[in-house]
Amino acid sequence: MIIQVENPVVEVHDLTVSYDRKPVLWGIDLTLPAGSLVGVIGPNGAGKSTLIKAMMDLLPAGSGYVRIFDKPIAEVRNRISYVPQRESVDWDFPASVFDVVLMGSYGKLGLFKRPRQADKDAAMEALQKVGMQGFANRQISQLSGGQQQRVFLARALAQNADIYFMDEPFAGVDIATETAIIELLRTMREQGKTVIVVHHDLQSATEYFDWVVLLNMRLVASGPAEQVLTQHLLEQTYGGKLTVLTKVGELLRKQEFPARES
Amino acid sequence: MNAFWIILTGSLVATCCSLLGCYLILRRMAMVGDAISHAVLPGIVIAFLLTGSRDSVPMLIGAGLLGVLTTFLIEFFHRYARVQADASIGVTFTWLFAIGIILISVYAGQVDLDQDCVLYGEIAYVPLDLWITEEGLSLGPRTVWTLAVVTLLIILYIVLGYKELFLTTFDPAYAAAIGISTSVWYYSLMTAVSITTVASFESVGAILVVAFLVAPAATAYLLTDNFKTMLLLSVLAGILASVAGYYLAVWIDGSIAGAIATVTGIEFMLAFLFSPSRGILIRKKQLQPVQH
Repeated sequence: MIIQVENPVVEVHDLTVSYDRKPVLWGIDLTLPAGSLVGVIGPNGAGKSTLIKAMMDLLPAGSGYVRIFDKPIAEVRNRISYVPQRESVDWDFPASVFDVVLMGSYGKLGLFKRPRQADKDAAMEALQKVGMQGFANRQISQLSGGQQQRVFLARALAQNADIYFMDEPFAGVDIATETAIIELLRTMREQGKTVIVVHHDLQSATEYFDWVVLLNMRLVASGPAEQVLTQHLLEQTYGGKLTVLTKVGELLRKQEFPARES
Repeated sequence: MNAFWIILTGSLVATCCSLLGCYLILRRMAMVGDAISHAVLPGIVIAFLLTGSRDSVPMLIGAGLLGVLTTFLIEFFHRYARVQADASIGVTFTWLFAIGIILISVYAGQVDLDQDCVLYGEIAYVPLDLWITEEGLSLGPRTVWTLAVVTLLIILYIVLGYKELFLTTFDPAYAAAIGISTSVWYYSLMTAVSITTVASFESVGAILVVAFLVAPAATAYLLTDNFKTMLLLSVLAGILASVAGYYLAVWIDGSIAGAIATVTGIEFMLAFLFSPSRGILIRKKQLQPVQH
């Protein structure tokens, strides 16, 4: 079940991505609506991170193309923000929380320009939004996992972009951080931003996202959450992992989502 | 006066090497500096054979090209032949260095380069090669002028590209996503390392260049949590090593380059033992082995 939308913010057409000539994503064709919270869901190794990296043109595509705001990606870089996986950087790096958040202004500043007072204010404001204003001068190696995630989020917020790609922002964070992050994401959606989140927890997916992309190397489904998170489609996505599926079935029943065949 | 010129030469080399070294160690590329400092040799010899002069400019260009080629080859073998990164570095630079050695030995009569000089340098000879104008005015050693220009260029590069270098070193994926080219900054940094290496090695030798590229930066890394402070401390550590190394060499009547390299090692040990945040004797937080 792949639902296409009118005037999409992201349009992916026939996208194939390979590592060492071994394809990890096959013929992905999807469109995403503006102002939505999109969850990209699938089992480990399904190519979720690969998909959002390919959307941002961080990985070379074997075939197909991606358009964002109906333009090639190179023309809209300053409207895009990215929250990489927490583990992707060295947290022992000699930098303070504020240094990292200020990086959000680098893209717009351009070459040779230093961050101005306005950029510093924006960075402080972003830190406030994630509840980390008291940690501005803290060395980043002294942060907990949840705090690291908040700092990455603040950096993206400081950028004031229109579309946000987030890779597993809820992985390994405490409950308080998870709640704080989802609140922020909802506020961003209300401001008309589009947020695309790689997520692997099915339990919270129904609650968090209004649009869901189910992925397992091929695109299984893309559409409104309540239409996509069905037992049938989840079975297709997760294959024979019965234990997972039983749990999913229970969950769907509990949350009064009819487990119907579509 | 000789002591002044030797210490100044050492300090200039220390300054540019330490600054670049900070980026190299944070990118986990310290050994790439080692590789470049050796692999530029064929570039120097070829530049010399083509131009027939020991002018600095053609040599810097030849070495710069070879340095970039080295990093390109290392990436290429690592990514496409899927050899481990360290093996790829080892194969590339020994091979290029060996070609340089062969070129020197084959054209021995024509090349005024000495293999020992390449490896160990001879900083004590710096004050002998003076730049004397037509009016007979001595402007000091040539090497000092070359190094001063290179040091200025490196400082300019780091000041102008500060935020891009900082970001692409810390989080290249994010940098690429927001439109800052990681390859432009990667290859420009490697070019800077190549140029620094060539400008330095004639006077101080490849081994001291490697010591300066890694040890002061590693020392500074242990002493601070702030990147700008790390850059400054690394330069201070490098200059201090040049001064102390010179007098150590005079005192023991030994090799100056060797003594300077020894002092950089001693500085690192002191930082390792007594650093306020990471030292093992005065530790604020529990020292843990690095986990990968």
